[in-house]
Amino acid sequence: MKQTLKLIALIISFTLFNCGGSEKKEEVSYGKKTPEVKVKASERIDLKNKGVGPVTSVDLALVVDQDMATHGKEIYEKMCTACHKAEKKFIGPSPKGILSRRTPEWVMNMILNPEQMVKEDPLAKDLLMEFNGSPMANQNLTKEEARAVLEYFRTL
Amino acid sequence: MNTIGKYLLSITALIFITSCGNNNNSNNSGAMSSSKAEKVYVAPGEHDEYYAFMSGGYSGNLTVYGLPSGRMLKEIPVFSQFPTSGYGYSEETKPMLNTSFGFVPWGDSHHPDISQTNGELDGRWIFINENNTPRIARISLETFETEEIIELPNSAGNHASSFVTENTEYIVAGTRFAVPNPQRDMPINEMKGQFKGPLSFVSIADNGRLNLEFQLNMPGFNYDLAHPGRNKSHGWFFFTSYNTEEANTLMEVNASQNDKDYIAAVNWQKIAEYVKNGGGEKVAGTYAHNVYDEKTHTATSTMKEGVISVNPKDVEGAVFYIPIPKSPHGCDVDPSGEYIIGSGKLSTDLSVYSFEKMLTAIANKDFVDDSYGIPVLSYENTIAGVVKQPGLGPLHTEFDGQGNAYTTFFISSEVVKWKLGTWEILDRQPTFYSVGHLMIPGGNSRKPFGKYMVALNKITKDRYLPTGPELEHSAQLYDISGDKMELLSDFPTHGEPHYAAGIRADIIKDKSKKYYELSENEHPYVAKSESEATVTRNGNEVHISMTMIRSHFSPDNIEGVKVGDKVYLHLTNLEQDFDVPHGFSIIGANTSEILVMPGQTKTIVWEPKREGVWPFYCTDFCSALHQEMQGYIRVSAANANTPLKFTLDE
Repeated sequence: MKQTLKLIALIISFTLFNCGGSEKKEEVSYGKKTPEVKVKASERIDLKNKGVGPVTSVDLALVVDQDMATHGKEIYEKMCTACHKAEKKFIGPSPKGILSRRTPEWVMNMILNPEQMVKEDPLAKDLLMEFNGSPMANQNLTKEEARAVLEYFRTL
Repeated sequence: MNTIGKYLLSITALIFITSCGNNNNSNNSGAMSSSKAEKVYVAPGEHDEYYAFMSGGYSGNLTVYGLPSGRMLKEIPVFSQFPTSGYGYSEETKPMLNTSFGFVPWGDSHHPDISQTNGELDGRWIFINENNTPRIARISLETFETEEIIELPNSAGNHASSFVTENTEYIVAGTRFAVPNPQRDMPINEMKGQFKGPLSFVSIADNGRLNLEFQLNMPGFNYDLAHPGRNKSHGWFFFTSYNTEEANTLMEVNASQNDKDYIAAVNWQKIAEYVKNGGGEKVAGTYAHNVYDEKTHTATSTMKEGVISVNPKDVEGAVFYIPIPKSPHGCDVDPSGEYIIGSGKLSTDLSVYSFEKMLTAIANKDFVDDSYGIPVLSYENTIAGVVKQPGLGPLHTEFDGQGNAYTTFFISSEVVKWKLGTWEILDRQPTFYSVGHLMIPGGNSRKPFGKYMVALNKITKDRYLPTGPELEHSAQLYDISGDKMELLSDFPTHGEPHYAAGIRADIIKDKSKKYYELSENEHPYVAKSESEATVTRNGNEVHISMTMIRSHFSPDNIEGVKVGDKVYLHLTNLEQDFDVPHGFSIIGANTSEILVMPGQTKTIVWEPKREGVWPFYCTDFCSALHQEMQGYIRVSAANANTPLKFTLDE
């Protein structure tokens, strides 16, 4: 009996040792990576990432739809300006020039689905940390309203 | 090696399994208790199957529980100030507690009842009565907020309330303490024949609006409990009364002299028709009618004058008395509407009356007496059956929709299940201790959900860890789906849950409001965005329209307020998402904090008494930066010239 127990103990310790070994290997490969210089999330440019959420594609016409933009401005002023200002970084980032850094889909998903975005989208996650953990409030805009706000952003 | 290991492991596992099995077999109660635990277990993140609304008694409120878990989900403020939300403290909600006696910060809530359509619970509203300053409240089951309170004039001790007819036509209010009507200065011991017991009928409009239609000016007995007719007896209301002796002192002896008291059977349809055709007389009576508007987020209180009073003798065939043994309390009507159960609390038997026999006796003018001109029917010709010696101190009865009735017995501390029609006793289970009301979800409607029964006990004693002399009342949950009632669990309730109302959760949970639309906010001092935030002065009145969002106020620095000012702080929560309230409080305010729901505006008054710079903050942990959600108001001397200034981030 004692003999078998000893054997089991041996098997267990062998397994443990094995685990340790593989961890070490990982560390070595990690060390070889060249450390990247982190650009602030708000300044990072990513024109491929569409974010996580209900919007998978947005067609932007060449010319800004002025009526839609005016409607978007109204919604933005009512629902967003407590945290976003066009001329400066406030609670959240300024939306000025946002489409030179983000895809339109990403912007709309951030408006419509902020809870999931800050959990799953790497950019949104970093933005949350950059802005002191201030959560992007879900203001329950409709898809059309979010689209209008996006159009307004094109005029900034 | 591996083989040996596996061998060892399987032996160990076998020992484990066998020993578990043995335990189960040898300990029967262990197995039973584990199945009871499963019956009340609601896994983390899952929802209860039923809502239970428990009266808060002397807390003045209504508490919401989940069944079968017994978890308390919310306390809804109704008749009492509630600092948790600022109800009764905020400028918008103070009018809700206005009465003809002025502002009353407290109430004694008793019997909740859920609105019905065709005798089935429809989950639009829940009503609850107040005993001390006679009132009825209507609570929305979308917002779970008190929307309306109506006072009942000329009455005292509104106990026989707030029971609703099967299409939510009327709710009634009774008079448990007979009083002079109209009130006047007179010797107490001359009450006999002089005091009255008006029964109030309050109509409910499609939008929920309450209206005091008429008062039936009954003889001055103590109208204690009531239930509307259902199904075949729809159109009638039944009220128990005690103190037909009309005693005015040492009531516990002097009001227990008569062998029988009365159930008043009232054909309210007939009386409503009479009033509609100009019947009744307008008498004096001042009462407050308080209505909360969901758009302005503000209540208004209107003082009304006069009420239609109906003399029961004036409406032929509308009001009768039925004798009932010894000081009755509960008065309950079965789902078919045929049986009216009267519980004489000092009687050893339970009297069940037949609606059809009652109609026959009325048609035959089979009266044995009259009391102040009201015909008295005979006990023998109206009785359907008697449940013999079921227990001591019968109080209240509910139904399971399967032909069974469940009656509570206060003195012998038990619930007894018996069969309608045969009157045989099927089961009895003890309660811990001294049960008052009981509640089966839908148990007073045409269609009870006969799965659970809750016993609402008056005495707790040793059921929980002791908490000093004062204990919360105990409730007990029973499974009534089988032949025998099975006690599943105990849980404490807040205040005194005189009665409760339950409903299947799926009838209301999807309609539950998540937030108020900011765009629909019509509060006169709303700030719908930070650009609308403002501070204005009008004499020594200062109005601050301030916004709140995670996680700052706008403005958050205010100067130019002076000692002696009356500062109205109007807070609008700009959030448009579920479960993101923000709170507000400021040092030196002689009122409570306010909790502002998304899209809502609430106001508190602050009268700064000392110069200085005084901080305010958000009271509800709203985000990671909640601690930073704060600001300052500078208060200058009364004669200072500090200019009015309000800023954010300047």
